[in-house]
Amino acid sequence: MPFKFWILSLLFWLGCLVPCFAAEMPDSAKVGHLLDRISFGPRPGEVAQVEAIGIDRYLQQQLNPTTLPESPPLQQRLAPLETLRLSPPEILRQFTDTRQQIRDLQQRQQLDTATVRSINRQTTVVNQQAQQAKVLRSLYSNRQLEEVMVDFWYNHFNVSIEKGLSRLWAGDYEQRAIRPYALGQFRQLLGATAYHPAMQYYLDNWRNTAPESPGARGAYRGLNENYARELMELHTLGVEGGYSQQDVTTLARIFTGWGFCQESTRADGFCFEAQRHDASAKVFLGQAIAPGGLEQGEQALDLLANSPATAAHISYKLAQYFVADDPPQALVNRLAQKFLATEGNIRQVLLTLFQSPEFWDSQALNAKFKTPFQFVISSLRALNLPVKDPSSLLTFLNLQGMPVYGCESPQGYPNTEIAWLSSDAMLRRLSWATSLTRDRPLRNRLNGQPPAANLPPVNPNELAQTLGSLSAETRDAIATSPPNLKAALLLSSPEWMYR
Amino acid sequence: MNRRQFLQLTGLSAAGTLLGLHPWTTVSMAQTRSAPSHSPKRLLVIFLRGAVDGLNVLVPYRESAYYQARPNIAIPQPGQPGGALQLDDTFGLHPALEPLMPLWRQGSLAFLTASGSPDLTRSHFDAQDYMETGTPGDKSTSAGWLNRLLAILPEQDPVEALSLGASIPRILQGTMPVANLPLGRGATRPLPLDQAQTAAAFNRLYSGQDELSQTFQEGLAARRTLRSHLLAEQQAERMAADNGAPTPINFPEDAKRLARLMRQEPKIRLAFTALGGWDTHIDQGGSQGELADRLGSLGQGLAVLAEELGEVYADTTIAVLSEFGRTVRENGNGGTDHGHGNTLWLLGGGIRGGQVHGEWPGLERDRLHQGRDLAITTDFRDAIANVLQHQLQLERSQLSQVFPGYGFGKMRSLQICR
Repeated sequence: MPFKFWILSLLFWLGCLVPCFAAEMPDSAKVGHLLDRISFGPRPGEVAQVEAIGIDRYLQQQLNPTTLPESPPLQQRLAPLETLRLSPPEILRQFTDTRQQIRDLQQRQQLDTATVRSINRQTTVVNQQAQQAKVLRSLYSNRQLEEVMVDFWYNHFNVSIEKGLSRLWAGDYEQRAIRPYALGQFRQLLGATAYHPAMQYYLDNWRNTAPESPGARGAYRGLNENYARELMELHTLGVEGGYSQQDVTTLARIFTGWGFCQESTRADGFCFEAQRHDASAKVFLGQAIAPGGLEQGEQALDLLANSPATAAHISYKLAQYFVADDPPQALVNRLAQKFLATEGNIRQVLLTLFQSPEFWDSQALNAKFKTPFQFVISSLRALNLPVKDPSSLLTFLNLQGMPVYGCESPQGYPNTEIAWLSSDAMLRRLSWATSLTRDRPLRNRLNGQPPAANLPPVNPNELAQTLGSLSAETRDAIATSPPNLKAALLLSSPEWMYR
Repeated sequence: MNRRQFLQLTGLSAAGTLLGLHPWTTVSMAQTRSAPSHSPKRLLVIFLRGAVDGLNVLVPYRESAYYQARPNIAIPQPGQPGGALQLDDTFGLHPALEPLMPLWRQGSLAFLTASGSPDLTRSHFDAQDYMETGTPGDKSTSAGWLNRLLAILPEQDPVEALSLGASIPRILQGTMPVANLPLGRGATRPLPLDQAQTAAAFNRLYSGQDELSQTFQEGLAARRTLRSHLLAEQQAERMAADNGAPTPINFPEDAKRLARLMRQEPKIRLAFTALGGWDTHIDQGGSQGELADRLGSLGQGLAVLAEELGEVYADTTIAVLSEFGRTVRENGNGGTDHGHGNTLWLLGGGIRGGQVHGEWPGLERDRLHQGRDLAITTDFRDAIANVLQHQLQLERSQLSQVFPGYGFGKMRSLQICR
């Protein structure tokens, strides 16, 4: 019996040890792997550049993006997108043309469908410019990790242009509430999203009112749980973070009176209306909240940001995004410890992640299926195609089920293989790669040229160099294919579907 | 049955490489293997994501508690301006669902009141997952119940299950292959991969046994089966584009496309689509307004589905589900928050329609779930299992494969199928 026990336990340990501590990936694969994960994919020659300066230095640069000069061509392309520089109140003034509309919005009367549609038509330009800017930055920014993290956090604190006034403010939301904190302190990021009118409208908190308060009237008569629930379930603690329906209701009361007004003294347009706020003392997540106004919300955000459940939830999502769909628990735990120890310093947590054996494990290599956005952007970066008009990309992303800023669910887009791999997605990715590399009109359209303009054909050998190592099967399939399909096959290869 | 066996059965795996050059071979092989029965029974599931307000869909117009709890958004009694459409002595239908009244009168539309998933969560995402895996409360189930059902159906074909949407939702995830088609116009346009030479080159790239190759091969096979229908659809859309303005919410158009595909292609046995925008925390409106607009397009779309399915409607069951209901009481912003029990909608030739099924628990405070929500008296699995048993002829043991670990306590007592 004891002997059997030892054998069994030995088998158990072997069974665990082997997958738990698999081999580190070969050195030759490391830079490609790093660029696949912390950028939107390598551009031609970029692997050699990073190899020249070394992985550590590259990481430090990317983790401290202000040290990197931004690319002048990118700045040139962003310059004409003037709505990017307007604040939420300015956008509202400029793009709702009648005084009546603004009065309706200010007096928070219910807008009829026709008015909403008319506003939508006028505001299309605001959406389009925000979407274009996102595509252009992802393609050309030197601060790739910052772009990746802006993408990650926007999605984590998702706001959809499909809902109400949020459609006007998605671009400003990203610029004002997400980007400055993408590598900073989680608490500041959380606060900036909580105050921003895009979030206030998207999750209905602008109308959240203490029912017994003097300001409770008209359409503002009572509590709205929407933001409070998603704030805990999605933004911080996670669905199993240990809160009750009572906590949801209390948190909704804490955020009563938070909203938007045109005459705000803040640039983002946030206003706190004390006459709609429940200022009473409360107990939230077992902690006493003293009577007060806006500071009650600040205190709740502190509690949420410092909770170990939040550290675990954010760490899981980061590990899933950067390492594997089903990330190693040991890594998640270490990230959570770092998160708590640094009071949510995102840069420190990421550094721990990028220096972890799990990140450099050979199992992590090419383990993440690209989302449609990642597939499109990485392909265009690999081709080094000058994109002036990304509208056809936006159409493709709509058909792939991933419209830019258009995720209707507050959960944001998933980033797992099971969520994005479908038979139709495969056919469409392969077809898009074919059109992009073989057919002139699509490339010319992206490039802002007339359909028949004479672009040089894609050189499959150069493209292959940028893409990195390919399996023997892939190389064989490409070698035996017609020349005008070789580049398409490269961008369609199983290796390129993953990052 | 798993995906690999399936592909071997339909002759798509290794041989698929060769068949790639002969699109029609695949189809004819599948036909000779098992000729589709003359009237295959089909199931279409429509998921309303975001939790539709079932109390304003199926209006309990006799309940004074309903009108007290909803001073601004209640649907007036039948006969009043903007009133509910009377269904029976207890319930009325939201007036925006008027397009469904012919189906109600004709006896092919039914509702199951106070139904849903017994898990207590008020998280949209957990509740949707539970309703899609079919195992409420158990997060370890990865596959969806429609995928498990697919494995049980006798004929196997790459278009046997069709999902309208760009990705495969949880309910259809699993070992069995599923075809999908994006929503909206543009989904039916030709692709470079429709050309034989191009397809052949990609076939060499994806000839393996790995997940990606299998998914690609399934997609190619499904595309070939549906291709002629898609071309016809494209033609029809081109004509339609000249006639009318596009609808603001596109469900009727997508419904038409889905119905035509199902009518023309008998191999499609299971279909799924999801509609969003039901999470009405503010300004949901009453007889008119935001929810009314959405219901209007849903009702119109369902009527279009029934009409376009034609004779196939008799053999089709359409189930409309939502993850949970909404609070009985309206909130202070003219909306409703996350609740519990809801209404399940059933349409089709095999449905005992023109009736509201299930047990109405009432809206008095002591009858409410946790003092705020409509209680659940029928587990959604009992209703679906009843449909599977009567319409798709599943055995009791097969029902347990679809909904493992469930006892089907109420299934027998439900009289929802003819």
